[in-house]
Amino acid sequence: MAERGTLRHAAKNWRVLMGGALLLALVIAAVFAKSLAPYDPLDQDLSAQLAPPDWHFAADAHPLGTDSLGRDVLSRLIYGSRVALTVALVAGILTALVGTALGLAAGFFGGWADTVISRAVDIWSSFPPVLLSIILVALIGTGLWSVVAAIVLIDWTRFCRVVRAETLKQRRLDYVDAAIVAGLTPGRILWREIVPNILPLALVLLTLEMGIAVVIEAILSFVGLSISSDAPSWGGMIAEGREVVHEAPWVLTGAMLVLLATVLGFNILGDGLKAELDPVLR
Amino acid sequence: MSDDVLAIENLSAAIRNGPTLLHEISLRLAAGEVHGLVGTSGAGKSMIGRCVLGILPAPVRVTAGGIRFLGKQLVGLSERDRRAAGASLALIPQDPLSALNPSRRIVSQMTDVMRLRLHLSHAEAYARALAMLDEVHIRGPQDVLRRYPHELSGGMRQRVLIATAFACEPRLIVADEPTTALDVTVQKQILRLIRELQRKHGTSVLFVTHDLGVVAKICNSVTVLNAGRIVEQAPVADIFLRPQDAYTQALFAATPRYDRPGDTLRPLPADFA
Amino acid sequence: MLARRILLRLLQSIPTLAGVAVLTFVLVRVVPGDPVAMMIPPGADDAAVARLYAMYGLDKTISQQFLIWAGQALGGNFGISITTRQAVTGLIFSRLPATLELVTVAAFVAVALGVAMAVIGTRFAGRAGEVVVDGITGFFLAVPDFLWGLAFIVVFGVLLPLLPISGRADPTQASGLSTEFTLIESFVRFRWGITTDVLAHMAMPAVALALPLAAMIARVLKSSLAEQMGQDYALLSRVKGFSRWHVILAEALRNAAIPTVSLTGVQVTFLVGGTVLIEKIFSYPGIGSLAIDAVINRDLPLIQGLILTFAVIFILINLALDLSYAALDPRLRHG
Ligand SMILES: Nc1ncnc2c1ncn2[C@@H]1O[C@H](COP(=O)(O)OP(=O)(O)O)[C@@H](O)[C@H]1O
Ligand SMILES: [Mg+2]
Repeated sequence: MAERGTLRHAAKNWRVLMGGALLLALVIAAVFAKSLAPYDPLDQDLSAQLAPPDWHFAADAHPLGTDSLGRDVLSRLIYGSRVALTVALVAGILTALVGTALGLAAGFFGGWADTVISRAVDIWSSFPPVLLSIILVALIGTGLWSVVAAIVLIDWTRFCRVVRAETLKQRRLDYVDAAIVAGLTPGRILWREIVPNILPLALVLLTLEMGIAVVIEAILSFVGLSISSDAPSWGGMIAEGREVVHEAPWVLTGAMLVLLATVLGFNILGDGLKAELDPVLR
Repeated sequence: MSDDVLAIENLSAAIRNGPTLLHEISLRLAAGEVHGLVGTSGAGKSMIGRCVLGILPAPVRVTAGGIRFLGKQLVGLSERDRRAAGASLALIPQDPLSALNPSRRIVSQMTDVMRLRLHLSHAEAYARALAMLDEVHIRGPQDVLRRYPHELSGGMRQRVLIATAFACEPRLIVADEPTTALDVTVQKQILRLIRELQRKHGTSVLFVTHDLGVVAKICNSVTVLNAGRIVEQAPVADIFLRPQDAYTQALFAATPRYDRPGDTLRPLPADFA
Repeated sequence: MLARRILLRLLQSIPTLAGVAVLTFVLVRVVPGDPVAMMIPPGADDAAVARLYAMYGLDKTISQQFLIWAGQALGGNFGISITTRQAVTGLIFSRLPATLELVTVAAFVAVALGVAMAVIGTRFAGRAGEVVVDGITGFFLAVPDFLWGLAFIVVFGVLLPLLPISGRADPTQASGLSTEFTLIESFVRFRWGITTDVLAHMAMPAVALALPLAAMIARVLKSSLAEQMGQDYALLSRVKGFSRWHVILAEALRNAAIPTVSLTGVQVTFLVGGTVLIEKIFSYPGIGSLAIDAVINRDLPLIQGLILTFAVIFILINLALDLSYAALDPRLRHG
């Protein structure tokens, strides 16, 4: 009952609405790419290389222009959202799971587990993330799944740090002592008492993390360490658009704007959720 | 009376879109008078002081009434005019550690105000700082001036702050619980010092405290506050002999009497706390 | 006193550097991928291939390789870059000045902008000004330097072609200088035409790097300024008759800077990390773009040399941060 009230209230928050709308557009583009895209993203039309945007809605028009191989920019942007969404979901959720699990362990059990994990977080997060991700992908090999692995390896600390602090806070509250007195096992206490209280916070972090994951994937595609450059991805289009920016600025502009909208969407939604859940988090 | 140094008239203050913190406060201070503001914590004592000094916290606004200082209305002045009108105002704060900037030497914290208000040169301000430290009975003033706040004791810091407050010959000083953060033995010295300087310079003092024992030692008259309202206002002798209001009586009951050592501390009844 | 402290810190960093060296050496070698194989022309005979491996020392065991590498590294020789066939040390030193100048300019921009936003936001606390500053801060923080760089290229490079979008200086102008510190050298030798040109090339990459850091500084500094402005000394200063601007700048800022430096200091090393990408975007000839190319080409000697270079830079930044605490906080100066 109270939860439903909170959700309805959250929906009224303009940030939740705006972020949600931006991301809904992303999901729709990814899911219905086939019917939305006017062209096959891989179709080359060597008679229409670097064609500028054309808004005449003729059958063979390219609303956002074409790239240097004559491929339709709009179609590639739409198909590129699949890569973005996949990375956002898979890398985001995996990062959240790993980081939250380690954070819970460190905060709940304390002792040497806490020492080891906290120390690892400190060392790990003192490296510049972009540099680290490039080195990691270079080490484990290129490709979408290496990118996902690299994101999880780099960003678990974001969750771990925050979840550990929150778990420590919850652990000190009376209800946990009450549960211990009542004879609940640590696992049950963790699952039944602490995890539900950590959840809103983890949700906010997850939203922000998804935005970060999309950017890291784009960066790695941009430097040529993610999926192959033929497959439509925003980072790949940015790399290509950068090469031809004087002749065909629309390639770079289009890819940059969709990436920007996605990043802002996740951030705005995350901020909105945080504002909504704050009373819950106190 | 037009010769009052300070006249607060029906002053009300509130948090924006929030509760009212002060309700129609009126009080007058003649030249050379020490007026006590007493009440439990949260009663609004400091808030009155901050209204007078023009340093209200961001969300708090004066909603009605006025503050006349040396015949000039302070409420409604622009910030710039307000600063100019405040030349004869000074503050002795509660916590002498947090009232000194930890990263600046004592000398610059004492002389900056003299250079600003009295337009003294560096050398003149330095000489005056030495003289003021002498007035507050600090030995080795040159050495103290060179130091950082963390290198001084609490009592020394409070002396420095008192010296600074009196340095520009203010007509009114707001002393906001100036002894609360100090050791009991130091408290007495500091009270005596404020009294001494106040008499010597003929300064009026608005003395904020929650301690009626302190009021008895230093004040001529007193205003008792509860929850932002005045409950009683009278010369000190009257209040101590014939407290009229139940709240005042309760405050007395909660104050340990130094003159009756066997007396135990009684808690304030719940409805006043 | 100060010199001893610096020396001690430098000595302490030797094991760190050694650790980084061993780790990168091992990591780089155990991963799959053979850089030499990429250089072998089709149909080369086995003897020639073996000679090529021997030339890069790749025919020895990994511990032998490390000892040889470490011995040479101590003498300042980090081997030969596989792709460019140049000495790694020389290559890095020819590119390092460009990155150092870029990072320095970016750090200045970030600090100046961050402090300005924090101060303005504090001055107008509780008013519209604060809302505007908070909004800008949030936006700067949400958009990563990568996207700022791309947006600048589109807006200031192409739509309103105000600034050059690649390189470091116009090669026809920037001749006749004897070091690679083009910005500094051209400035002190009064060749300000070059200085302006270098700054024009640097403007977009530096600002792109700076904006997220500026927002971070602004957010941390503003909240710590708010705390300082509530302290009695700030109130007292206002009672003394000083304006809010004066109280913020002359009283609170220095105290607020102490926690800000400790909370945002590590971000300065992230700024150095960010050059990797930003240099690539702007084809800026520093060690950042060199690092990306080295990684993509699996140029092992160059990768190792660059990682150590970054490690040294990070250690020096941390040393500088450490010393700045003492400079800011008199309570830390003795004892
Ligand atoms: N910065 C502030 N913002 C909002 N309300 C405040 C602030 N400071 C004090 N108050 C409120 O004003 C009332 C009076 O406080 P104060 O004058 O400090 O009491 P005291 O009598 O103990 O000095 C209290 O209810 C307090 O909660
Ligand atoms: Mg008070």
